[in-house]
Formats: sequence, structure tokens, C-alpha cells
Amino acid sequence: MTAALSSISPLICLGAAAVLVMLLVALRRAYTGMAALTLVGLGAAFSTLPLMVDSNPHRLFFLMLNGYTAFYAGLLILASAACVAFTFSYLKEFERNREEFFILMLLATLGATVLAAADHFATFFLGFELLSVSLYSLTAFPSMTQGHIEAAVKYLVPASVSSAFLLFGMALIYAWSGEMSISRIGHELRAAHIHADYQWMVAGLAMIVVAMGFKLALAPFHLWTPDVYQGAPAPVTAFIATVSKGAVVAMLLRLFTPAEIQTGSTLFWVFGFMAALSMIAGNLLALFQENVKRILAYSSIAHSGYILVAFLAGGARAIEAVSFYLITYFLATLGSFGVVSALSTPGMERENLDDYRGLARQNPFLAAVFTLMVLSLAGLPLTAGFIGKFYLTLAGVGAALWPLVIILALTSAMGLYYYLRILVALFVLAPSGGDRRPKPPLSFSNAFVLTLLAVLLFWIGVMPAPVLNLVRAMVG
Amino acid sequence: MILAGLILIPAVGGLLAWFTERFNPARPKFAALAAMAAELLAAVYLAAFRSGSARFVVPWIPRFGITIHLYCDGLSLVLVLLTAFLGLAAVASAWTEINERTGFFYFNLLLTLSGVTGVFLSLDLFLFYFFWEVMILPMYFLIALWGHENRVYASCKFFLFTQVSGLLMLVAILALYFLHGQNTGHYTFDYIQLLKTPLSHSAAMLIMSGFLIAFVVKLPSVPFHSWLPDAHTEAPTAGSVVLAGLLLKTGAYGILRFVLPLFASAVRHFAPIAMALGVVSILYGALLAFGQRDLKRMIAYTSVSHMGFVLLGAFAGSRLALYGVVMQILCHGISTGALFILVGGLRERLHTRELDSMGGLWSAMPRLGASLMLFAMASLGLPGLGNFIGEFLVLLGVFQVSPFWAVLASLGFVTSCVYSVWIVQRTIHGPNTRGWNPPDLSGRETVVMAAMSVLILWLGLFPRPVFTAVSPFVENLRQKPQSSAPAPESGRTTGVSRAVRGRTP
Repeated sequence: MTAALSSISPLICLGAAAVLVMLLVALRRAYTGMAALTLVGLGAAFSTLPLMVDSNPHRLFFLMLNGYTAFYAGLLILASAACVAFTFSYLKEFERNREEFFILMLLATLGATVLAAADHFATFFLGFELLSVSLYSLTAFPSMTQGHIEAAVKYLVPASVSSAFLLFGMALIYAWSGEMSISRIGHELRAAHIHADYQWMVAGLAMIVVAMGFKLALAPFHLWTPDVYQGAPAPVTAFIATVSKGAVVAMLLRLFTPAEIQTGSTLFWVFGFMAALSMIAGNLLALFQENVKRILAYSSIAHSGYILVAFLAGGARAIEAVSFYLITYFLATLGSFGVVSALSTPGMERENLDDYRGLARQNPFLAAVFTLMVLSLAGLPLTAGFIGKFYLTLAGVGAALWPLVIILALTSAMGLYYYLRILVALFVLAPSGGDRRPKPPLSFSNAFVLTLLAVLLFWIGVMPAPVLNLVRAMVG
Repeated sequence: MILAGLILIPAVGGLLAWFTERFNPARPKFAALAAMAAELLAAVYLAAFRSGSARFVVPWIPRFGITIHLYCDGLSLVLVLLTAFLGLAAVASAWTEINERTGFFYFNLLLTLSGVTGVFLSLDLFLFYFFWEVMILPMYFLIALWGHENRVYASCKFFLFTQVSGLLMLVAILALYFLHGQNTGHYTFDYIQLLKTPLSHSAAMLIMSGFLIAFVVKLPSVPFHSWLPDAHTEAPTAGSVVLAGLLLKTGAYGILRFVLPLFASAVRHFAPIAMALGVVSILYGALLAFGQRDLKRMIAYTSVSHMGFVLLGAFAGSRLALYGVVMQILCHGISTGALFILVGGLRERLHTRELDSMGGLWSAMPRLGASLMLFAMASLGLPGLGNFIGEFLVLLGVFQVSPFWAVLASLGFVTSCVYSVWIVQRTIHGPNTRGWNPPDLSGRETVVMAAMSVLILWLGLFPRPVFTAVSPFVENLRQKPQSSAPAPESGRTTGVSRAVRGRTP
């Protein structure tokens, strides 16, 4: 039993940290201390990941414990540590209760990690809900402006509907197959089409796909994305765009990889349609935005579409490509929202494109980091995003998904236009005379995390071999 | 090692230039000049003491079979020399023009040059694509941040054209990678290995068109030329020089290095269409040049016309035409680069590029007038200057393959006469109606012009070193059994080409 408990110690660490922070806050509100404790909890969870890799047996408490899970758990924990660091500076001047923010972040991370590890519908749903509920509160947390509440409601309503879809889908699949174990359902799926009453399975799957599509911000389930990304506090937006998405991608791969989706099957068409639509809609709609957070929201819709292209390629290469791409996407997304968050406070988000004019003169460090992040999102060379996009295209071409690959190439070229708009705004001279808002001083934690992200991004862009090997060893 | 150095010197110099701006905004240009001088020295050293051939191989991403494979043969060598030389000229041409954000300007300029050098040296297809992309973004910044009135439109157009075509090339590269891997079980991006890929006709056509679209957009050929006049008109002088002198040449280089050897049989099938496109570019580009009132825009359209010869010659495939193409690449780079520097100088002095408002400038600026005259004559194809050799050899080579296209293309000589003489007549001759009295070329500009004049004259009178340098490449291309295009006159070409290589002034 102790051996069993030790192999899920990352999850225990996260849960314990959340409880501990909650208890301590009841005694005394110490903002810096709580932030430090949260980071310690995340660090403890990360450092116990090797126990998860070596776990024997692999299936425990409805969880799958192996290298794949450890990889995604590690990625999610690190991303949420970055978000905690951004939050720390973001809420520094905030006068109301703010320690609870960290509790919610820990709980959301726990939910995401459970979701990434889930091997059973029960844990799947548990993780999904824990993540969603924490995110509703996080989105509304500062409630300084109308925007926060509005965003929270816009997130709450569709997210609860998607949870209901998920639950109903699970029930239908269970009714058809009598199975709740994810890995076995995957194998059932491969053989499913020989059964006569296949439609129950299809209906159930469709509902699960809707729920996941919602979380991944895939078109046509993307309508909430720009509003929530815009309205949520910047560190929470970073969290939604990375941790929440990454956990669902981990689940998506676990559920559908054993199914070996064949070109031309119903599932293939469904995912192919969503991929194409996301790439087109995301990149096209981003062209018309004047708000940096909205641009990044549409860009994240497009990136989900890119991920699906590699996902559809199937096989081991697809898992590696998607996992590697997620690393590059996480780095760039965290970095760019990190910059937004470093320039914002709960009451005043610096989010319009005009607010970024002349940033290169005002704060060269942030402008340089932002440039690198945007270049990576755009997939330009010398950044990790270039290698990531190359790997996706490689997977797509390898599986001969020609229409999707061509759409990927064309839409991502189109997408460059809005990334370039951000870059040009950074480097043009600031409008003269206008009242410049006092810029918040760059805190040490932000500077440290952003530097780390930028260095990693550049390093992976120039020397991707070690990270590729790591991904291969962990998820392969 | 020296090859990696050639790519790194501009990049490091650019970073250095950016960094020195913190101390003094006037410092970056010296850093950039020093870096480009070092680059030119390194290239000359490579040419003189290493007889121009060098190789550099280091594994990069073994997972995908990607190596850093740099190789310099005669073709790469002459283009790297051109890059270093024009880079130096571009830095010098920006000397007084750029006064804002100087550090970032020189960083972008030098990074573009670094990317161009990388393109000319890479023999790994992934590496090639990597550098292909590296050179685009800084060029975008050069236009978007330091350009003229309509810069945002022009820079986005440039970027989208090149980016879309570049991504299609990536898809084609990957298709080739997988075809080779499936055939041999050995997945690699190495050019030498991929040369041996057996391709079915339809696959070869499709993959070739992926490559070709990237190169033809860069070249540019009609109907993909519309980004060029906009980009040129709006770019700062140094940007125009690099754009016309080097970026267009990467497209030509890509056709020579990749399209012709990799897809020999598909090239033969596609040749009539490509040659037709070349001839249309020659004539249509010239026709559009007639209608321009903006001097920079006019020169941009003449580039379309001159690069048509490159497309025509490359796909004609005969030995003479290939030698001509290389000459044309070099000489057009120099002559158009010089023209853009001169127009930049005129604009700096007169604050206009309108042809109508110029005239009679010779008396005020004899040195500028003489240089403009010389390079307009080069562009016209005056014997004795390099461009003549290039275009003449292309025509000669095309005539062996298809007299029809050669006759049509030779009309290009007539049209280029018209616009070249036009440029001279409307700027430096005629009445000086506006009463211009600007200062003549400064010492710095005179040195640049003198160097470029000497070079174009040298290439025109004594082109043999270039032919000697590229002859292994051309002969190699011709020896591939599939590519020895129309067989009948092969005996004759050998004789003519021997004559070419034996030609001395």
C-alpha cells in the first residue's frame, strides 16, 4: 500500500499543498509565504514524478501511472508554477483577499494532473470537473471589473453544459460496452464498427468529443474562447490556454490512440473537420482583432487545430509530435501571457494593441521576450515553435494527410499577419505626446520566469535534439 | 569551419551592432561595417587559399536525419562573394540614411545577410529551409520599420508571398524526405542522398512544383511578381540593395541547386512552360517598367525583366545558358544594387523619387550622373559590361534548344534599351526645371560606386574566373543522363562551351 501511495505522491503533494495553504490562510494571511508554499508544493509534486514512472503496477486507483503520465504531469505542474509566479506579481497591489487564488490554482493543477493520468471514466470526470470548477472561480476572482464576472459566466455556462455532455457520453458508452476503463474502451473502439448497434457508441463518443472540443477551444466549440481569454485575469488566461488544454490533449491521445483512427472513418472525418475549421477560423478571425489577448485567444484556437493534424497522423510519431509541440506551445503561450500579465494589474489590463506601441523603447526586456514568444507561436526559425511546427508537418506528411497539411501551411502563413502586427506595434515609435500609463515595475519573479522561458525557447529552437530524445523516452 | 564562420560572422556582428547602440546610436554602423568587412575577407580567403571548396558536417537533429551540412563549391563561392560584397555596400549605403533605432536596423540587415549566406551554403534540405526562413523576417522588419509611406502594406505583402510559398516548399521537402525514406529505409534530409531518390513522374512533378513555387515567387517571375515593386518602392536603400541583389538570387540559386538536379526528368517536361514564363517576365516586366513614374518602382520592374532571363536560361538547360544564368545572377546583383544605391542617394538629396520632377542633374552631380549612366548601360546590356555576357550567353544557349523563345527573348534587349536610356535621359539630362542643386556623391558613396563599377567592368571584360569556378557544377548538371536535354547538338555545345571557357579579352 505504501508503494502504491508513493507512486501517486505527485497528486498527494498537490492536494496536501492545497489543504495546507487553506488551513494556514485561516490562521494568518501572509501573501509571500503562501505563494512560496504553493511553489514548494508544486516543486514537491514535480520532484516525486520519478516515483510515478517506476510505478508497479501501472494501473492504480483508476489512474494510469507511466512515463507518458509523468511527462504530461510534469509539463502541467511546471506550467502552473509559471502561472503562480505571474500571479504573485499580478496580485501584489491587490487589496482584497488574494491568498485563495493560490489554493484554487493548486486545485486546478490537481484536477489537470488527474485528468492527464485518468484511466477510468470516474477519474476522467473527476479531473475534468475539478479543473473546470477551479477555473470558474479563478476567472472571476479579482472581480474588479465587469469583465471578470462576464468572462466567468461565459466560461461557466458552456463549461457546465460540456460537463453534462461528457457525463451523458460516458453513460452511453458504458451502456453499450459495459466498460469504464479508458484503455479498454480505446481497444473496443477499434473493433467497434463490426457491431450492429454501433450507433450508441458513436453517440456517446460524439458527446465526449464535444466536451473535449470545448476545453481545447476547437472550432466549432470555440465561441467562448476570445471573451474568456480577454476577460480573465492574465495569469488565469495563461493557465486556461496551457494547463487546461494540455491536460485534455493528454486525455485525447490516451483515449483515441488505441482506437487507431483510420483515414476515412467517421472519427477521422469528425476530427479532420474540426482541425480544418479551427485552423481556418482561428487564423482568419484573429486578423480582425485589436486586442492582444483576443489575438492570442484566436491563435490558440488555431494551434489546437494544428495539434489535431498531428494527432490524426496516428501512431507513435503522432504522440511524440503532439507532445513535443505542446512543450513549444506551452513555452510560447506562457511567455506571451506572462508579458501581458507583467504589464497588467487586476484593475487595468494592458491588452489593446495600441498599449503595446513603443514597448521596445519603454521596456526592451519585455519587448524582446514578447518578440521571441510571438515568433515561436508563428513558427519562425531560431525558436522552438519552428521545430514544433516542422514536427507537426512532418507527422502530417508522413501519414499523407495532404488536405490538412496544405490547410496548415496556408492558414499558418495567413496567421503570420496578425503576429507581425503585434511585433510591429512593439517596435514602432510610441505615439508622441499621449499620456503614457505608468508602467508597473518588472518584478524579480516575472523577470526570472520570462528569462527562463525565453532561454528555453531559443535553446530548443537551436538544439532540439535533447528535448526530442526526452519526449521520445517518456511518451514513446 | 570557415563555412560556419561565414554564416556566423554577420549574425554575431548584428548582435554586436544592436548591443553597441546602448552606448552610442552612431556606433552600430561601425560594428556592422567591420563585420561585413570581415565577412568579405573570409570569403576572399576561401576563394584564394582554399580554392573555394570546403565542407562542414555536424549532426544536428539525428532523430530526423538532419545534419548541419555546409558545402561550398564554385557556384556557392561566387554567390557568397557577391553576398559579402553587396552586404558591405548595403551597410555603406545606409550610413547617413538611417538615424533611428540604428542598432536594430543593422541587426536585421546583418541577420538577413547571414540567412542568405546560409541558403547559399546549405546542403541539407532542412537547414536550407531554416535559412530560407531566417532571411525573410529581418527583411520584413527592414521594410516595415524603416520603409517609406506605404510600408506596412508592402512589407506584409512581401512576407505573405514568400511565407506561403516557403511553406509549400516545406511540404515538398517533407514529401521527398518520406519518399526517400520509404524507398531506402534511411530517413535523411541530406541533399546528396536525396539526389538518388527514384521518383515516379507524377510525384516528381508535384514535389518539383512545391519547390518551384517558392523559387519563382522569390525570383520573381510573372505571375508572382506583384510583391516586388511594392517591397522595393517602400524599402530603405539598404533593404532594396539586399532584396534585389541577394534575395532574388536565392530563388535563382534554388532552381539551379535543387530543382534542376533533383527533378531532372520533370524539369524536362516542365521546361516549355517555365521558359514561356521566363519570356513573359522579360517582356511584361519591361512593359510595366515603361509605365512607371517612380524611379525605384521602375528599377524594380526591370528586375522582373532581367530575372526572366534567369528562369529562361535555367530551364533551357544547355551549357551556355547555364553559364549565362550564373553571370546574369552576379551582374544583375551588382548593377541593380548600384542603381538602388544611386536612387537612394537621389532621394536623400531631392526627397523625391518621381522621374517627372528630376532632370538636368548631371551638371550638379557629375559623379552621380556618371555612375548612373554606367549602371543604366550595364542594365541595358552594353558589351563590355557584365550583364551583356550573362544575357547574351542565355540567348545563345536558349537558341540551341528553342530558337522561337530565343527570338522572342531577344526583344528584351530592345526594351531594356528603352527604359535604360529613359532613366538616364529623364534624370541626369534634359532641363533642370526645378532648379535642383544638390551636393554630389560624398567620398563614401564614391568609393562604393567605384568598387561596383570596377567589378561590373571586370566581369564584362574578364569573366573567365567565374566560368572556371562554376564549370564543375555546370558539367555535373549536364552529365546526369536524364538531364542531357535535347541530344542532337551536344557535340556542338561542347565546342562552344570550350570556346566560352577559353575566351579571353
